[in-house]
Amino acid sequence: MFAGFVVSLVALPLGLGLAIASEAPPIAGILSAVVGGVVVALLGGSQLTIAGPGNGLVIVLLSSITLLGGGDLYQGYLFTLAAVVLSGILIFLFGLFRFGALSEFFPASALQGMLAAIGIGILAKQAHVMLGVTTASGSPFDLLAQIPHSILYVFRNPTIEVLLAATLGVGSFLILILYSRIRNPIFHLVPAPMWVVVLAIGLTYYYEFVAAIPYPMGKNLLITLPENLLGNLPFPNFGKLGSLEFIGIVISLTLISCIESLLSIKAVDKLDPLKRRSSVNKDLRALGIATTISGFVGGLNVVTVIARSSVNINNGGSSRSANLFHALFLLLFIVLFQDQIQRIALPALAAILVYTGYRLAAPENLIMLFRIGKEQGAIYIVTLAMTLAYGLITGITFGVLATFIIHVLINKSVFFFTRNWLKPNVLMFQEEDSGSYFVSIKNFCSFLNFYKLKALLDEIPEHKHVIVDFSLCEFVDHTVMEGLSDYRRSFLSKNGVFEIIGLDVHFSDTQHPFAIRKVLPIKDFLNLGKHLTKRQKTLEILAKNLNWSYRPELSSEVNNLEQFEYFGSKQINYQYNVSFDKSEQLTLFDLSYSEGAFIAKEDLKSSFLMIRLEEKVPQFILDKEHLLASLYEPLGYRDIDFFEAPDFSRRFFLGGKNREEIKKWFTPELIFFFESHSYFYVEANENTLLIKGRDRLSSIDEIKKMLAFGKELIQILK
Amino acid sequence: MNKTPFNKILIGFAFSPNLKANVFEAMRLAEFLGAHLYFLHVGSKSPAKAKTFTEILEESPVQPKNFTVLWDEGAPIETISEQCKKNQIDLLLLGAMQRENMVKFYMGSIARKLTRNAPCSVLLMIKPSIVRKPSQHIVVNAFESKETENTIRNAFHFAQALSASKLTLVEEIDRSEVTEEADDDRGLRKVTLRKEKLKRRELSRVREILTHIPDTLKENIKIQSQSIFGTRGYSIGHYAKVVRADLLIMNSDEKRKRFLERIFPKDLEHILSELPTDVLIIKSKQNG
Repeated sequence: MFAGFVVSLVALPLGLGLAIASEAPPIAGILSAVVGGVVVALLGGSQLTIAGPGNGLVIVLLSSITLLGGGDLYQGYLFTLAAVVLSGILIFLFGLFRFGALSEFFPASALQGMLAAIGIGILAKQAHVMLGVTTASGSPFDLLAQIPHSILYVFRNPTIEVLLAATLGVGSFLILILYSRIRNPIFHLVPAPMWVVVLAIGLTYYYEFVAAIPYPMGKNLLITLPENLLGNLPFPNFGKLGSLEFIGIVISLTLISCIESLLSIKAVDKLDPLKRRSSVNKDLRALGIATTISGFVGGLNVVTVIARSSVNINNGGSSRSANLFHALFLLLFIVLFQDQIQRIALPALAAILVYTGYRLAAPENLIMLFRIGKEQGAIYIVTLAMTLAYGLITGITFGVLATFIIHVLINKSVFFFTRNWLKPNVLMFQEEDSGSYFVSIKNFCSFLNFYKLKALLDEIPEHKHVIVDFSLCEFVDHTVMEGLSDYRRSFLSKNGVFEIIGLDVHFSDTQHPFAIRKVLPIKDFLNLGKHLTKRQKTLEILAKNLNWSYRPELSSEVNNLEQFEYFGSKQINYQYNVSFDKSEQLTLFDLSYSEGAFIAKEDLKSSFLMIRLEEKVPQFILDKEHLLASLYEPLGYRDIDFFEAPDFSRRFFLGGKNREEIKKWFTPELIFFFESHSYFYVEANENTLLIKGRDRLSSIDEIKKMLAFGKELIQILK
Repeated sequence: MNKTPFNKILIGFAFSPNLKANVFEAMRLAEFLGAHLYFLHVGSKSPAKAKTFTEILEESPVQPKNFTVLWDEGAPIETISEQCKKNQIDLLLLGAMQRENMVKFYMGSIARKLTRNAPCSVLLMIKPSIVRKPSQHIVVNAFESKETENTIRNAFHFAQALSASKLTLVEEIDRSEVTEEADDDRGLRKVTLRKEKLKRRELSRVREILTHIPDTLKENIKIQSQSIFGTRGYSIGHYAKVVRADLLIMNSDEKRKRFLERIFPKDLEHILSELPTDVLIIKSKQNG
């Protein structure tokens, strides 16, 4: 319920903003979130996802409302509602006929290109609004070109109205950018978009009560909500049912809804601390029903949204009730704070959208793709350019074609693909003697037939041992490699083993340079200089003095870290600055990992100390007792308190699977040790202890303290 | 030596670069099986051809007791089938006819027609060699069918004759027998359970068949069983390739009843179009 509340704080500004960006009445965004939250929570097949209006659809909805209305935005909105209703029915059917695998037919790079195009589309339009200019219009290219013009406009007309709007917009944008840099838990209790809203509303109160002059903000930059919420619900107008434009819009809406939802569901599953697998098709059915209902009451398409879902996870959401509560809180806000919501100025909301667009377009994705292969970058750019110029359907079609043509060029044969496409090419069997699964793939494996391989892999319980053999397969593309690395991750997190063999042949064979190991590119990408930083040099000296080995380079091979609860809802990127002693009992390393996803994503770097003990210890988590300790509740851990050590019990949160064993293991001596030293996050798993420093990289002094802490701890445990 | 069901073997030969290898393989096999070997050339007989052939025959280190050389003219496939019927052949050998990439394609299409027309079992040798390469591992299909028991019995005869060390029975189970879907964790558990159940069922069926096979046939052979969920006819071929089997033994196609089955490749078609290894197709005879 707490998680649901926090999510609703994010959903409120996003819902309003996305609706405004699509030129629909602001309330439409909230309505779709309310309907989505209720319906998907009741009927959906996933646990942690949040449903609501999605950013991917903004472009389609915007063009639909302007196109179908032919100038009259409200009429266009009514026609669009009809399209929403129909696309809802289609999405439901997709779910019913198990087309959940739909998004797998698109090459990964083309999908990213399309998402980036959507991001740029949103950004191009909203950048103007953020500066307080609402008159800009045209194609995304025109809009981008006009941005300098809007900036100049602000400087040429320095009236209080123009300046205030621009300052509010830019200020909000800064809050969003800087939010993840400030690691203050109290500040982080309220999500960034809500701070923006607080700022925008606060400003109006400042003018009302402190400055006591009318709010100097243009009428066209303020939100209006309908007076009576339930009284005049708009009803969809099915008047353009047969027209070609209408059908195109329905198809676009359906396609983008499905893709966005599927990608989000997959991404959310990766973040689930309990590692549950969502039923994609069941979710699609629920989203379809929700979209249809939403269309009838005047809302927009309902999709699974990644940013809000990740906020849910980070705030300890563990079941579908969070989705439901988020909807109810939204409803409550609309009813109780109607006046306050109308005080939110558009530039603030536009800032949130610009930030969303920026994260979608994320230039670092392109750089990453170029590192994986130039052809991936090319596919991305083709899709991006085509989508911006001719719309989503054309864009993604070109992306798929470009990918296929590149594959054909690489293999120098069309025949190779056409002949083998529909033939079965995968074999899976469970070896009778060892019980491990063997998967062999023949001919080629690319986005065209990845679904066959996925169908097999999905049926293997994740705690088993899997060997995927590509030695009979001549060509493996980037989409597959990326998909497999996701499988590898989910197998690892459930203590399974996922091995890929038979790719060495491809690597040495120049005919197939496409067989990229997705896991590795990070390495050469970030390992920019050979020069060590000052911190690295000191670390090197420290290691030398201790007679340890030191390796500064990045590595994505992080042995067994995934098994720690701490990384349950986080994604590990890479490990670096690793130093360890001769016996490898103590390992010190820096780790880059991320929390949340999309606009709620926070990249973190921290220093860790890992201690390998000779004996097995009970699994436990020891953390500073604070407000957010309730985050451990979804894992089923309650704070263990010691009657005889009130100080320790008050200051530390201790939890774990076997309470009795932990209680026995924490001797008075050990408790005194923790009481008398500085705080560290400590987690035990099997015979390893993980000690975490701060939420940033530790300084050399702090690292020395951490080492001393670890060494003393070993002494006590002996 | 055991009396095998393969008493008369026929090999069609053409004057291709592979002739020697094909002939040597055939003679070795006839020796192992203790069978009468018929050589058949479809085409005109000329003294030069006859001379080359006799020379090759004499080079062979193995000389079977009985063999006959037949010369006949006519359309290859019909002629071969005709001769098989006339001489009551039990096993027809087809050697690789060309060396190039087309081998598989060509052999596949001929084999397809012959298995349909010929009244006997067919052995396709994709890599005949002049020097003997002993057969180690034989893979046999064991899916549920009337013919399977006969095929397995013949496979054991063959394995004994070639002194193969390992024989794997593969039960292909159609994925459609698993009605559950692994959408989420619960679905996955259900699918896993159902698969276990089907596997046990198949295993007990195969064990039952094995009890019907005389112990003498099972001597010195490591028998394994492997169930695979996948497209029937395809998976076993892929499996044979993965485990590097030397010989794959299959039922001959059952009569195709439904229209759809005629259009889409089924069972043997996958094997014949890919030829992962040597393939023996057993045709069950009404009398035997």
